[in-house]
Amino acid sequence: MDEATALGLYRTMTRIRKFEQRAYDLFLQNLVKGTTHLGAGQEAIAAGVAAAMREDDYTFVTYRGHNHLIARGTSLTAMMAELLGRENGLMRGKGGSMHLLDVSKGVLGSYAIIGAQLVIANGTAWSSQYRGSGQVTVCFFGDGATNIGAFHEALNLAAVWSLPVVFVCENNRYMEYTAIESVTAVKNPAVDRAPAYGLPASLVDGNDVEAVLASATEAVERARAGGGPSVLEYLTYRHGGHSRADPGKYRPDDEVAEWLRRDPIPAYRRVLVSRGVAEAVLDEIEAQAKAAVDEATQAAKDGPEPDLELAFADVWSDGGWTWRN
Amino acid sequence: MTTLTLSKALNEGLRKALEDNPKVIIMGEDVGKLGGVFRVTDGLQKDFGEDRVIDTPLAESGIVGTAIGLALRGYRPVCEIQFDGFVFPAFDQIVSQLAKLRLRSLGHITMPVVIRIPFGGGIGAVEHHSESPEALFAHTGGLRVVACSSPGDAYTMIQQSVRSPDPVIFFEPKRRYWDKAEVDLSAALDEATPLTAARTVAQGTDLTVLAYGPMVRTCVEAAVAAGEEGRSLEVIDLRSLSPLDMDTVLASVRRTGRCVIVHEAAVSGGLGAEIAARITQDCFYHLEAPVLRVGGFSTPYPPSRLEEHFLPDLDRVLDAVDRALAY
Repeated sequence: MDEATALGLYRTMTRIRKFEQRAYDLFLQNLVKGTTHLGAGQEAIAAGVAAAMREDDYTFVTYRGHNHLIARGTSLTAMMAELLGRENGLMRGKGGSMHLLDVSKGVLGSYAIIGAQLVIANGTAWSSQYRGSGQVTVCFFGDGATNIGAFHEALNLAAVWSLPVVFVCENNRYMEYTAIESVTAVKNPAVDRAPAYGLPASLVDGNDVEAVLASATEAVERARAGGGPSVLEYLTYRHGGHSRADPGKYRPDDEVAEWLRRDPIPAYRRVLVSRGVAEAVLDEIEAQAKAAVDEATQAAKDGPEPDLELAFADVWSDGGWTWRN
Repeated sequence: MTTLTLSKALNEGLRKALEDNPKVIIMGEDVGKLGGVFRVTDGLQKDFGEDRVIDTPLAESGIVGTAIGLALRGYRPVCEIQFDGFVFPAFDQIVSQLAKLRLRSLGHITMPVVIRIPFGGGIGAVEHHSESPEALFAHTGGLRVVACSSPGDAYTMIQQSVRSPDPVIFFEPKRRYWDKAEVDLSAALDEATPLTAARTVAQGTDLTVLAYGPMVRTCVEAAVAAGEEGRSLEVIDLRSLSPLDMDTVLASVRRTGRCVIVHEAAVSGGLGAEIAARITQDCFYHLEAPVLRVGGFSTPYPPSRLEEHFLPDLDRVLDAVDRALAY
């Protein structure tokens, strides 16, 4: 892999990590309104898949979606302000952590109803196929989504219509607070089901960013070339709990310790250093990420709170809602 | 003018929508080769191709979800839900995503999706095939909800719904699919009654009857019967259930002083309750009698041998009219 690409992956992962750590701190300070679901520990998936995508491709994410917007290039300030519910947020404070959306980057929504986005992703994939635009839709979901009906409807429809869509399962081993293996009939929740729909599937180490990039490139390019949908399942682990201040005590200590040892960012740093990248270069990337997050944090804190009027805007296209009174 | 059934009028309206805008796409169970179980999409796949009239699996969440994705990229999907009771697997997509994406995206995203639902009973088809779930959708902010009652309205309202930038839940009175009337297929859509407006279908002075969908014909027949007894009923077809055209309703009730609301849906928590509350709130001093409601029982839809008791008919409407006039 060329050094520029490798450093790009490292930069994306680092920006995500710094952002998520700050989001957690701000939540504990009661500055984040609503809730958060953080993706610290899962950065390699977002960075690797995004690097495999074209600028005009589409992305669908879950409520644990910060990682993917950052990887697609959404402004950290707009995101942080959104988490804090401010007017200068990505959605003027209307969406919050769970509903980040950036049409300009092709991120067509964060979906907090489990599995909802899989069937919706088929629609955008259908539109690119119909238009012959060559765009690929990448749809992220968690391991928990594989047990809901929409997952199965979506895989079947995508296969029937041979859509340019890649279904990406981030298997972090826990659906909310329960181990996925204790409620799932198969060992690997996504890849073991894919053959039932005739879809190619790969099980990949989701903490190895270069393995993620390679597998995602294969799947995305297959879809772009008209080879149809496929399923990727990345094994990973979230460093924190499910949401808010959840300490994640339902996870065995030795399991947590083992996965912390497999943290994708220090692991990749070791790889890069072993290839001869100077420590100073990597330190500088981290310093830049921290500075960017600091700047975003300040701008978010300085942002005004929205007026009540915001709650009544964009209900209907004609501006209407007052008929209700 | 052409004589059409309500089903054929919808078919012609959809055909026009497909001709007018290449972004219009029809999808649903058996809508293509079969032409729909009520023949509303008959012949459309043959004329517009399998890419624009799409036979889907029996997967309502997948159908509506795909439509949302298509709308995200500028298409105008029209989804057919085969029977009213089949909409519930898609209810999550409709309520949690379709209704909310515009608001959630600050208007960057519009959702010009039409969900067509044949609703109501009267064809001996028992539960899942005879229900009236309109209040559930009218209760949900961000959706528009309409119901057609005649071939003429079916032809124009379906086209107006396809043109709407907001999602429209489009209720079709399934037992009236075979009702016939003259339809002007060349009429300009811009000159038609707006989608959000109610229409007075019979003028009268003694009492206002409000209805929509299949109950409009029942109420017009009730007005004729009442007229023979010297009672003058005004019948308003609400057409739009969200938003409600309260201006038309209130103007009528202020003149007549009495109102009966008729729908097939259960009375408890139904649209009649909302309308009665607004009438009471906004023209209390004009009322000569309490606003009365006629509707289905608050039970699951009954077996077909009993459905005639469940569905409001001429006698039940006239009984409510008598009670309102007796005050």
